[in-house]
Amino acid sequence: MSINTINPDTWVDKYSDYLFNFTIVRVNDKEIAQDLVQETFFAGLKSMKNFKGEASERTWLISILKRKIIDHYRKINSNKGKAEVRINYTSDGETEGDWLEERVADPFDQNAESEIENKELGVAIHNCIGKLPEKQAQIFKMKTIEGFDTEAICNVFDITASNLWVIIHRARTAMAECLEKNWF
Amino acid sequence: MSKNNKIFVSCTDANHFCDKNQYKEATFWEKVKLNIHLIYCKACRKYSTTNNKLTKLVKNPKVISIDQSTKDMMKEQLKKKMSEG
Repeated sequence: MSINTINPDTWVDKYSDYLFNFTIVRVNDKEIAQDLVQETFFAGLKSMKNFKGEASERTWLISILKRKIIDHYRKINSNKGKAEVRINYTSDGETEGDWLEERVADPFDQNAESEIENKELGVAIHNCIGKLPEKQAQIFKMKTIEGFDTEAICNVFDITASNLWVIIHRARTAMAECLEKNWF
Repeated sequence: MSKNNKIFVSCTDANHFCDKNQYKEATFWEKVKLNIHLIYCKACRKYSTTNNKLTKLVKNPKVISIDQSTKDMMKEQLKKKMSEG
């Protein structure tokens, strides 16, 4: 019996930030990262039938994303991207070309990879946000990251200010605890 | 300030002020009361420290999220693909 189900409607809200942070530290370009996340969603949609429910939805999406990132590096290394970047990296003849191994192969070193993941702050934070109950996560994100006014959020969710502060307090406590384990 | 003019506040209130303070929404008087409370309350001092740390981490420029308009666009494209498939 599969416990984990799949629901593409919620993907963007639930995972896009997490996947985006995961990608950005690896490709270092906002546009490319967004494209890769989008492609991951498409690929996920296409292979939904193959999802067995053994892993969580998010783990599954991450594994697709990893392949997408590797593909991305393959692509830029295969043609003219290679020449373009090499010039920037080093100009003395000796070490020219060495960067390919250093730069590209490293992030995908399987042993180091899981270690690195938790050390990336953005990923860690969005990971923790993902563990909060949905309403808390939404409100915490709006308040803390996107910086909305208390009043505006109260109106959107139809709650009182003291209600909001209780939610924020719970979210912050949970976040601190979660980050304590995964980050500090 | 008729009702809330006590200098010593409960831990619940202190935490509330501390949360507010993270978003720069605490009033001056609330900050004073919070700080007086922190002098003698170890538990709240601890909460206050982690809370400050959390704020600092979240403010870190490395923590980015995709802006809402891009997200909406992504959703739309995803929907389109779904109806195609």
